[in-house]
Amino acid sequence: MVPEAEFTSYYGRPVVKAPRWSWDIPAYLFLGGLSGGSAMLGAGGDLSGRPALRRAGRLGGLAAITASVGLLVHDVGRPERFLNMLRVAKPTSPMSMGTWIISAYAPGIGVAAVSELLPVLPRAIRDSPLGAVLRVSARPAGLAAAAIAPAVASYTAVLLADTAVPAWHEAHRELPFVFIGSSAASAAGLGLVFAPVGEAGPARRLATFGAIMELGTSRRIENQLGLAGEAFTTGKPARLLATASNLTAGGVLLATLLARRSRLAAVVAGVALLAGGVFERFGLYHAGIESANDPKYTVVPQRRRLEQEGPVRADS
Amino acid sequence: MTQTTANHLFGPLDPAAEAGYPDHPPRLGFFTDTTVCIGCKACEVACKEWNNVPEDGIDFLGLSYDNTGSLGASTWRHVAFIEQASIEQPKPLGAQEPGVTGRHAPVVDLGMPSTAPPGTTAGADGRTEFRWLMSSDVCKHCTHAACLDVCPTGALFRTEFGTVVVQQDVCNGCGYCVPACPYGVIDQRKGDGRAWKCTLCYDRLQGGLTPACAKACPTESIQFGVLDELRERAAARVEQLHAAGISDARLYGADPTDGVGGAGAFFLLLDEPEVYGLPPDPVVTTRDLPSMWLHAGAAALTLLAGVVSTFWGRR
Repeated sequence: MVPEAEFTSYYGRPVVKAPRWSWDIPAYLFLGGLSGGSAMLGAGGDLSGRPALRRAGRLGGLAAITASVGLLVHDVGRPERFLNMLRVAKPTSPMSMGTWIISAYAPGIGVAAVSELLPVLPRAIRDSPLGAVLRVSARPAGLAAAAIAPAVASYTAVLLADTAVPAWHEAHRELPFVFIGSSAASAAGLGLVFAPVGEAGPARRLATFGAIMELGTSRRIENQLGLAGEAFTTGKPARLLATASNLTAGGVLLATLLARRSRLAAVVAGVALLAGGVFERFGLYHAGIESANDPKYTVVPQRRRLEQEGPVRADS
Repeated sequence: MTQTTANHLFGPLDPAAEAGYPDHPPRLGFFTDTTVCIGCKACEVACKEWNNVPEDGIDFLGLSYDNTGSLGASTWRHVAFIEQASIEQPKPLGAQEPGVTGRHAPVVDLGMPSTAPPGTTAGADGRTEFRWLMSSDVCKHCTHAACLDVCPTGALFRTEFGTVVVQQDVCNGCGYCVPACPYGVIDQRKGDGRAWKCTLCYDRLQGGLTPACAKACPTESIQFGVLDELRERAAARVEQLHAAGISDARLYGADPTDGVGGAGAFFLLLDEPEVYGLPPDPVVTTRDLPSMWLHAGAAALTLLAGVVSTFWGRR
């Protein structure tokens, strides 16, 4: 525990402003990550001859990205102007880049997922030219989406880090690895729930990979970031993140030990991993909010840096 | 001193030229000299009137004379009030001391009763020294403006005067600029959804007029003009104050090599910035953007490798 820092502020009021976003945004972070991981799992299932895993990945990927974009539209102050995001492409704006990444990603996962519905669609559609096009384009579309999916899973870390919110900005090196880990673990959870035990091998291994990335990097954030790390280890964010860790670790343990033999264990493990992903995103989100609302997180590190290294200056 | 190499995201540059105005007027800005601020809030009122900024909550905050609280979507000038009691060293207040009156003629002592609060003048034993700081805060119109950098619609833009303005007919209320600002200036307006902040009276500038707050300031605490001239004037003012023994006087945001490339609106303060609610040494978040994208790219490749390895060679 870092000793309570003494600092001056203007009547304890925040220096920076927390985003005015609602629960939409952490939910969007979770669903975007889930979609990216699922699309990759689906493409892997496609190439390795695991039809149930392929179907789960593609349909889960489309459902998650659709819901995630829905939340994003809902969260902006003027939803009718949402498409103004497509006026410009700005590398300095992770939200602009993200909009373009999702715009490139969604059609591929859409085609791949809709092709999975062909067997249940009316015969007239199946036998139509549209049905034929869907059948032929499903694999390339799914692979194209899977190629963009890693960007879908990781850009949201830059979205949070590219702010003056102390906890997010200070964690800008670590957050992408937490996010891809969480994305992998959530997608693995989806695979464990929907694919039979015989096809779920990659999902079980992906759960281990995701949990190691997510939990390992989270420890680093908590221990190496100095005062900013405290935002992750105290109060409500700490409780959310501890629940996330327990669910994810429990899910992986169950997936590794029992999910090979028991479908029920696989489903329970999958649900735990998905729930762990939700708690992880809400915990990271609220750590940022708390660090913006408490002037300590802005003033103390800047003051310390000033005293130890002097002001930040560009050499011109 | 923490050195970082200057580039398009960091360090001194001409923001209007950087934004693509090949031939542009000189950069305009504010120099707010807090030593002569009397806390009248005429700047707050003039800003509201000229820009038709709606009411922002009629609250009693109990923070000295500050019932405004902070800058926000409907507060583009905010006067901070800090009451400081010190039994030790008396802290002088600049222009409120005889002989340190800025660009004006020296004050002649007419022997009138003092209007200073009890205790500020030397003398009577056992009195508590008291100092009342006042400062009119405003958008800094940074050389490297994080709000503008992260705006995904292009609603925030750089004007020909080097200032930063929101185009209200473009803003879609995504709210990303709000947490991006290192000073907590810009905010979303409730019920409207869009982001709002000081425009440095872009409409008045285009008409060759002084911004409303500077026009209304009765003590010239808010000075408006060409930024280079303001910086020279401010440096001279600090020298004058130091010579008069006011060693606390310091400029905030005037250095073009600082963390935001220098502010278009900078300040002369009499205490540490955080006392006024300002960050002590802010750095534009986008300075680290190349590192952020690199780490995200590495993470993306790690994810790809992780997924491929879970399928590789095994059933």
